[in-house]
This record gives sequence, structure tokens and C-alpha cells, in this order.
Amino acid sequence: MAPEEIAAVLKDTFGDRITGSQFQSAHPRIEVKAEAWPDVATFLRDDRRLQFNMLRCISTLDMLEDDLLAAVYDLDSLAGEPDTSGVWSRRHVLSVHVRVPRDNPHIPSVAHIWPAADWHEREAYDLMGIVFDGHPDSLEGPEGRHPRRILCPDDWEGHPLRKDYVFPMEYHGIPAVTEYGQTRPVH
Amino acid sequence: MADLVLESRPDIYTDLTSDKIVQEDLQTEEMLVNMGPQHPATHGVLRVVLRTDGEMVLEAVPHIGYLHRCAEKIGENVAPYQYIPYTDRMDYLAGMNDNLAFALAVEKLAGLEVTPRANLIRVIFAELNRIASHLVSVGTYGLDIGAFTPFLYCFREREMILDLFESACGARLTYSYITVGGVTQDLPERFIDICSEFLDYFEPKIAEYNNLLSYNHIFVKRTANIGVISAKDALAWGLTGPVLRGSGIKWDLRKSQPDIGYDQFEFDVPIGQGLKGTVGDCWDRYFVRVCEMEQSVKILRQALERLRGTPGETLDKRGKTLKLPADEIYYELENPRGQLGFYVQGNGSTIPARVKARGPSFCNLSITNHVCTNCLLADIAAIIGSIDVVMGEVDR
Repeated sequence: MAPEEIAAVLKDTFGDRITGSQFQSAHPRIEVKAEAWPDVATFLRDDRRLQFNMLRCISTLDMLEDDLLAAVYDLDSLAGEPDTSGVWSRRHVLSVHVRVPRDNPHIPSVAHIWPAADWHEREAYDLMGIVFDGHPDSLEGPEGRHPRRILCPDDWEGHPLRKDYVFPMEYHGIPAVTEYGQTRPVH
Repeated sequence: MADLVLESRPDIYTDLTSDKIVQEDLQTEEMLVNMGPQHPATHGVLRVVLRTDGEMVLEAVPHIGYLHRCAEKIGENVAPYQYIPYTDRMDYLAGMNDNLAFALAVEKLAGLEVTPRANLIRVIFAELNRIASHLVSVGTYGLDIGAFTPFLYCFREREMILDLFESACGARLTYSYITVGGVTQDLPERFIDICSEFLDYFEPKIAEYNNLLSYNHIFVKRTANIGVISAKDALAWGLTGPVLRGSGIKWDLRKSQPDIGYDQFEFDVPIGQGLKGTVGDCWDRYFVRVCEMEQSVKILRQALERLRGTPGETLDKRGKTLKLPADEIYYELENPRGQLGFYVQGNGSTIPARVKARGPSFCNLSITNHVCTNCLLADIAAIIGSIDVVMGEVDR
């Protein structure tokens, strides 16, 4: 199915919870409300027409000027029979944007739908600071429960991929960055 | 011995076949074992904390991030052609494939086409690097299980591929040869002949590896029926590459997304068939890699033949001054270890607004805890080795 047709199917089922779409792009995508995302994800995986059985990647975006953070889910639908000689083919691909306000970035976890999301969500929290509610590997923090960090140490402060991230001068006595390095290059 | 007092003595007439006795006798105190980050069988700085009960592993939790360099942040501060050397250092055993994946993502975003000659050279180097990478994987996997000799043979052949790379770009590990707009320079003289000679030499060696390692009784005993990943689990955890194909799923991006010309070549996609045990066990994953080397040789022969009749330029100079449109792209390429994906967002300038890398090893490693539950301690090395992770790519 083409992305337009998939969007039409979703629009039929979920109405205004699908907030937008962009097909004139190298990366055709739809936008979904954060609180509706687990329902949409379950539908995407289980609907007989769609069958998105693989979550490829969760990318994150910091849209500083719009005061938003976004998680970008890239889904793939593989068709074929296991243990046969036929090469599997691709039914269709879809990408989903979920946008949340920068000061309160909460998206429900989809790790129970695609276990692949587990580590991707931990990485997205670690580097971009999007909190995935209901993540299976969560910790209690000063601002509520959040996924465990994965790449940075557990006691790291801040989320390095945010556009307004300030590089630390030191970490446990280890010199990290100079004052010159703290000034961000302007492109 | 005289002052030894037995407080309770087992009843000698107990029914030793009952489940209760077996349970009481075998159950020991649980213990945490820290494997890594400097353990030779973890292939780099991977730390796995194991919860064990005697010889049984109840849980295996990987801790990663020791090689984290936040390569994605660097991507937001340099132009794409300057970022190519950083991709080399992600999967450092398959630098050519990493260069290619990023270069293609940027070219597709900006709408830049490379010449047919550059495209063929890219395919040749991607496949040569696939063989080199699988040789390391196969060799070190034998090493994990306790077979030292195959490792030396594998490295002997890999050395020849590195010599070929050196003759083309001067580097032996971090190439930066494939770049935005093509490849940095044309091939040296007689490259095609030397490469063909190498293929003639290399192809019979694969049967040697099989005799030496793949069908070795001890090796099969250590790997068959160990760490079985079902096709359903493999899809759910987003596994790709030989790990996915080892579970019997015939999925290869070179077949399903043939945009760099793989559809012109005749080759097969090997999958795990459970020849020595169950489909999706460690031996299947290992053997898929061996079979893929054969297929890569097949592709290389056809590509070299085609390259003889394809003259032309190899580098489009616009690659260095490329302005990225205000759009985004997510592009994946079949790497030796699975699908390496790059998400690139442009904003009209030469420097991307966002670069995100999806390392195949990162996703493949995430299934560790699921596979290692209730296996034996000695099998951990076999399972982690069969997933074949490169930590530079896991941590990025």
C-alpha cells in the first residue's frame, strides 16, 4: 500500500487522533497524538491489511523554534513464509511522527507491542529526554518514573542531543570541556 | 574428624527419583557474575551481568555505552563529506559499508546521482568488506568456542582483502573511500586482475573452513541447539542481517530494496535451515555468514566483469558543497551485521540539522537477555559470539 492509502485507513479508524501527514517528501510520514499512539501502534501491527511486524528505528528530533520534541518511528512490513525458499518481500513502509511539548515530553511506551522499542526508547530518553511512560525498564527519578539510561552513565545530567544542551565542565573530577568548547558553533 | 558433629543426617532410604530430592539437591544460592567489560569473549567493551544459579544463567543484562562518543551530535556540526570518517569508526570491521550507507542517505536526500562506474566500485568494495567482516566474525567465533587455528586462517585471507583496500585508498581499517558523490579516486592499475586472482584463491578456502570448523564435531556440539531464536522473536526484536536470516527468514535488503544495482547480479540469500540442530540456533547464525561469503564472491565476479566495460568519472565534486534541502530521510543498507540506518534531516544549509544512526548490532544485542535466560554459563560466550556485535556501532 502507498503511504496515502495507509493514512486513509488510519484516518477512518482513528479520526482526528491522526493529526497530520506529509507525503511530498523523501520520507513520507503521518503524525499521531501522543496519547493515541499505543492504540494506533497496536492497530498498525495487528490489522490484516497493514501488518507492520518490524519496528526498525526510533529517531528523535529537537524542534527548538517550535518548542517541541518529536519521536520518529520507522516501521516495516515484511511478507513471507519462514523456512521456505522464497525471498521475503516488503509490503510497505511507514514512518510516524509523535510530537510532544518540550517542557513536558511524555509518550506512552510501545515496548509491549514491539519489543525492539525497549532499547530504542531507552536511547531516546538518554540522549533526547523524551519520557516513555510504562517502559518495562523504568527508574524512579526526581521528576517521576523514566526509562533507564543506556549509553550515558546513570548519573549523567541532561540530554546531550537537545539543541540547548550545555556541555559539562567536568564529570566526577574528569575534565570534560573547556569554556571555549561550551560556546556552540553557529551554522 | 573426631569432633565433627552431624546435625542432621540424610535418610538413606529416601526415594532418590522424586522431584523434591532433585530440587533440594540442585538448588543453590543465586550469584551475580560480572562478565566484561574486558572479557575476551564479549568482542569489545561489553559488560554483561549474569544472575546465576550454579551453572544455570537465569538472567543476562547487557550494560553498554563504554565506547559512546555521541557521534550523532558530531553529525549536527559538520558537513556530510566531513562526517564520512566518523562513520568508519562505527562498525570498524565494515568501514566501507558504513561509508556507503551514509553517503547514500545524503545523496538520496539531496537528489545527487553517482556515475555507473562509481556505483559498481561501491558494490565491489561493499562486498569485499562483507567478506572481510565475516572472516573476522567466523574466525573469532571459533576462538570463543576454543578453536584457535581457524582464526589464523581467516585473518590470513582477510589480510589480502586489506591489501586490496590499501591499494585503492591507502587505508586498511578506516577507509573513508566511499564518499558523498562517488568514491574518492579511481581504482589503481591491474586492480580487477588482482581482485579476480584473489577470488580464485579465496573460493576454495571456504570449503576448508567448513572442514576445519563448521562440521567439526566439538564445534557443532557447542553451538547446535544453543541460543535458539524463533522467527517470530527475531522479527519482534527488530533483528536484521545474519541473525534474522539464521532464524529462517529470507529477508535481505539487497533483494527487497535493490537501489544500488544489486538486482543486476545473480545471487542467493542463505538462511538457517537447522542442518545440525534447530532452526535459529548459534550454528545456523554462524553458517549463514559462511554461506554469505560464497554469495559475495559470486556478486564480485559479476561486478568485476561489468566494471571492465564501464569507463567514466568516479567522483562528483558537488558532493562537497552539497546543500541539504529542508526535508528528512531514513535510509537503510544491508551491512554485514544487519541493516545500518541513517536518519538525516536537512535545513537548507550544507550542515544537517540532525543525524541519527541505527546500528544493527545495537538492535541485535537487545535480544541477549531473552535468549540467555535459562541457558548454561558456558553457552553465554557461544550466544554472544553468534550475535556478532561490534561495540563501536552499539555505542556510537
